[in-house]
Amino acid sequence: MVVAVPVTNPAGAEAVPPHAQPRAPARARAARHAGERELRLDLFRGIALWLIYIDHLPPNILTWFTIRNYGFSDATEIFIFISGYTAAFVYGRAMRERGFVVATARILKRVWQIYVAHVFLFTIYLAEISYVATSFENPLYAEEMGILDFLKQPDVTIVQALLLKFRPVNMDVLPLYIVLMLFLPPILWLMQRSADLALGLSVLLYALTWQYDLTLTAYPNGVWYFNPFAWQMLFVFGAWCALGGAKRMSGVLASRTTLVLSIAYLLFAFCVTLTWYIPQLARFMPALLEQWMYPINKTDLDVLRFAHFLALAAITVRFLHRDWPGLKSPWLRPLVVCGQHSLEIFCLGVFLALADKSGARAKLADEDADMAGGEL
Amino acid sequence: MKASAWILAAWMTAAGAVAAVVVTTGGARADEPHPAEASAAAAKSEPAPAVSTPAPAARDAAATPAAPADSCEVPSYLLTTEARLARVAEAIQTRRRLDILVVGSASSLLAGPDGASGSYPARLEAALRERLSGVTVNVAVVLQVKKTAEEVVPVLEKQAKDRKPTLVIWQTGTYDALKSVDPEDFRAAVESGLAALAAAGTDAVLMNLQYSPRMETMITVAPYLDNIRVGAEEHGVPLFDRFGMMRYWNESGRFDLFNTSHGLALAKQVHDCLGQTLAAFVVDAAHSAADAPDDEHRIQH
Repeated sequence: MVVAVPVTNPAGAEAVPPHAQPRAPARARAARHAGERELRLDLFRGIALWLIYIDHLPPNILTWFTIRNYGFSDATEIFIFISGYTAAFVYGRAMRERGFVVATARILKRVWQIYVAHVFLFTIYLAEISYVATSFENPLYAEEMGILDFLKQPDVTIVQALLLKFRPVNMDVLPLYIVLMLFLPPILWLMQRSADLALGLSVLLYALTWQYDLTLTAYPNGVWYFNPFAWQMLFVFGAWCALGGAKRMSGVLASRTTLVLSIAYLLFAFCVTLTWYIPQLARFMPALLEQWMYPINKTDLDVLRFAHFLALAAITVRFLHRDWPGLKSPWLRPLVVCGQHSLEIFCLGVFLALADKSGARAKLADEDADMAGGEL
Repeated sequence: MKASAWILAAWMTAAGAVAAVVVTTGGARADEPHPAEASAAAAKSEPAPAVSTPAPAARDAAATPAAPADSCEVPSYLLTTEARLARVAEAIQTRRRLDILVVGSASSLLAGPDGASGSYPARLEAALRERLSGVTVNVAVVLQVKKTAEEVVPVLEKQAKDRKPTLVIWQTGTYDALKSVDPEDFRAAVESGLAALAAAGTDAVLMNLQYSPRMETMITVAPYLDNIRVGAEEHGVPLFDRFGMMRYWNESGRFDLFNTSHGLALAKQVHDCLGQTLAAFVVDAAHSAADAPDDEHRIQH
């Protein structure tokens, strides 16, 4: 609904199965030939988008289905990883076949689309809060209305929004996505020469971020909710997996040790998460562990979150095979289609969440017991 | 392709139906006790509430009917605290004099000429005087408008030293949330403020943010609520969960906080309830403090 992605756009069509893309027979044939099309990726990206949408809503019954209630990581990790994977897969092939310049041009076109989508969402947001500002002057909330002060200087605010520095609640993911995609050409270029070097540099940047507190400043104050210096690691890791890393890791992934470690870690994370929701259990948490573990930093992609995502991914890859017939079943098809049109679905989700909160009777506040702090 | 399109449509419809059920059940439950609220809700759904026919005051009255005083009730889990107010207990019992200082931001004071008398510190004072007959109760307010918790800490320190209140009620978090202060910095400020109060020899109660359903999309409150809770727990200070109570009142239909009313009536009722609940909360925390060390030191109230 937001940005029509033409069929020729690689990211929109990325990993689309042949029978759904009759107008791109060449690519479909190539994909069939390569045999690397991953419906699992589309499926899980679709699921991640739905989970993100649910997390943006005021808590309701569906909230209990989102994975952030059962461990450290949440749908954002899945979304960013798969985005890195599919982007590298699609544009990596373009770079091999058509060269650096063509692939870069395509990537920049995609970046532009995401940027336009973000600006469009911001416009809707602006309309919503302007409505609230004019229609809602309850003296009980005189202080809270101060958040609307920025409406008094639209010149600054709108420019800051265009610079991606002003990002209202729930609108943090697209700016991160834009920045990550912007740096995809050099990442891919390096990765096709030495994938391990690229991944190593990415991990190094992540470590430097933690060491020196690298951040991007936000407007009017604070920092980017998703720190690109840290989150790039997940994106680059996804790209690394797409360009052969996954194959090389298959031995590790199939080993029993990995399975046991993953299950143990997921159980541990589950138990810790339980203590956030059932305070009576909190006293069973060793103080030393708490001191070492908290806070679990979402802004800088805490190692605990990253590890939780890895464990989830390892178990998923092990038990859900790429040729599982269910992936082609018509019942999962809607989720797969959602995953294949991620930008549109994401924007629709943000829009609906906004509309839900401002238009409908929002009864519950965002009750986020997440020690990592905040929502997506 | 056709078939999958149909299934996609079916999915969307199903998801929409679930969402609708969730929304309507929440709404219906809230509306039950007050049938009059249906009309208020209808008025709200109009795009321009200013031109809807009922006068704002009338709508206000419909949404929040004059209720008996005990309708400020909240579930007990919002009122129980393991922290104790030993100095308050001692002041009530032996000195028969209780000096309370409220340090808060703009949400501790209502606007208008009679705003001060209608806001929760004044209501707290009245409720405490009623509860604690024979005890002199004074509630003073120091407003720190547009100040982050970090900026309020020196004020807390100085006021506690100069005025020597028995109890300081520190309402905080709103401005920090508006400014999106780094939650870690906020927590450090809360902890240093509580440490300063403990050093000055006063009891303390922390009060968190207001619940405001309209502002949910604009202010990220969760990290500040969490950090206030953690700070209170670490320092053994009772937390007055204003956010939880206001949300409860909104959900139970006691107050319609989604109301677009411009009048003061609703705000005053909410503050009255906050003041009364706060009085009960303080007395309870003091009471159990007196119970805990020695059963003979009972407080009458």
